Amino acid sequence: MSDDPQITNSELQAYADGRLGEERSRAVEAWLAARPDDAERIAAYRRLGEELRRAYDPVLDEPLPAWLGGGRAPRPRWHGFARIAGWVVLGAAIGVVAGWEVRDARPVAASRADPGEIMAHRAAVAHAVYSPEVRHPVEVGADQEAHLVAWLSKRLGTQLRAPKLEAVGYSLVGGRLLPGENGPVAHFMYQCNQGTRITLYVRTNVTGNRETAFRYAREGSVSVFYWIDSKTGYALSSADVSKETLLSVANAAYQQLNPP
Amino acid sequence: MNEAERLVELIPRLRRYARALVGDRAAADDLVQDTLERAWAKLHLYRRGTDLRAWLFTVMHNVHVNKVRATRPTDQLEDEMPELAQRASQGDALMVRDLDRAIGRLPAEQRSVLLLVTLEDMSYDEVARTLGIPIGTVMSRLSRAREKLRAMMLGGPASAKLKVVK
Repeated sequence: MSDDPQITNSELQAYADGRLGEERSRAVEAWLAARPDDAERIAAYRRLGEELRRAYDPVLDEPLPAWLGGGRAPRPRWHGFARIAGWVVLGAAIGVVAGWEVRDARPVAASRADPGEIMAHRAAVAHAVYSPEVRHPVEVGADQEAHLVAWLSKRLGTQLRAPKLEAVGYSLVGGRLLPGENGPVAHFMYQCNQGTRITLYVRTNVTGNRETAFRYAREGSVSVFYWIDSKTGYALSSADVSKETLLSVANAAYQQLNPP
Repeated sequence: MNEAERLVELIPRLRRYARALVGDRAAADDLVQDTLERAWAKLHLYRRGTDLRAWLFTVMHNVHVNKVRATRPTDQLEDEMPELAQRASQGDALMVRDLDRAIGRLPAEQRSVLLLVTLEDMSYDEVARTLGIPIGTVMSRLSRAREKLRAMMLGGPASAKLKVVK
């Protein structure tokens, strides 16, 4: 029996989830050792799990919308009085509780009301998630730059440009589409000869329509320079370069993206 | 802590699941709002001492299924739905790599299982109870969801490397 352990598909799934007991894990590992294709498949399942968590866990830290966190009344819905009445009751209950508990539990996220700061936060998270990727740092590579820019422009509904940063030592690796706060976001990745990466996060329809000068934010180990120009927000992030270097790259990008 | 307070504590988790389930932020928050409305109305049906999270996710599941049924004339909740049949231009091959959309292309019932296991870290048993399906169905849906997602992220056909393991 132990020479030829019967491995069920359920056990493989449980193994991918790290939920199999020690003994069966060893049996699965022995089984996979002789089957590289299956081993790669199970490893891919684990990676997908990690990517899923990285993609959606940030939602946990997003500030609750006003209708959940108290403050404004819920959006009007006209499906019937009972529905609205139910909401008033729930809104009151949650408003009281959330005001004390949910907000207290997440003071940083809840206090981020400024669209620029929210963008900088999301850009830093995106940088932290994608810049360490070795095999899949981008969806579309720089070898298809025209396609990349056309695709992202189409999805964001505005003509985008990937700035040329060779003059400051960085070349385009490629880009990807990201889910943003209220729509798609374009994410360009650059790399210098030493392999250091910088990412440019571009979103549209920034509310408030405030133009800003460069602002600086730091999230964990990631530094971000960001600015807003006619509803388009830009955030340049890196974890590996000095603030001065990042600023010089931000200046170069700014001059191309926002010509006077 | 009473149920209402614990329910509020679970809101961020409902939002995370909803975001992954329906993709779009506004639609996801709509789903959360509808779920909370219904949960509040049905809170007297919740049995104290049982798993409130599982109960709440069951409510969300039911609300979601009803919404999907209401907005689509045909029932798309079947396992056999050809999930890549809508559009297949060459440009799409690149875009399918986007995790968000790849998840969106999973059949709905496989997506729920994968997300509850992966994001909520629910045991297979909890998933079975939450969705009201046998545990064997949980395992087969989980397996199919993973294989489809893997194939989509690689850009290859869903069954290229799938081996039946007994």
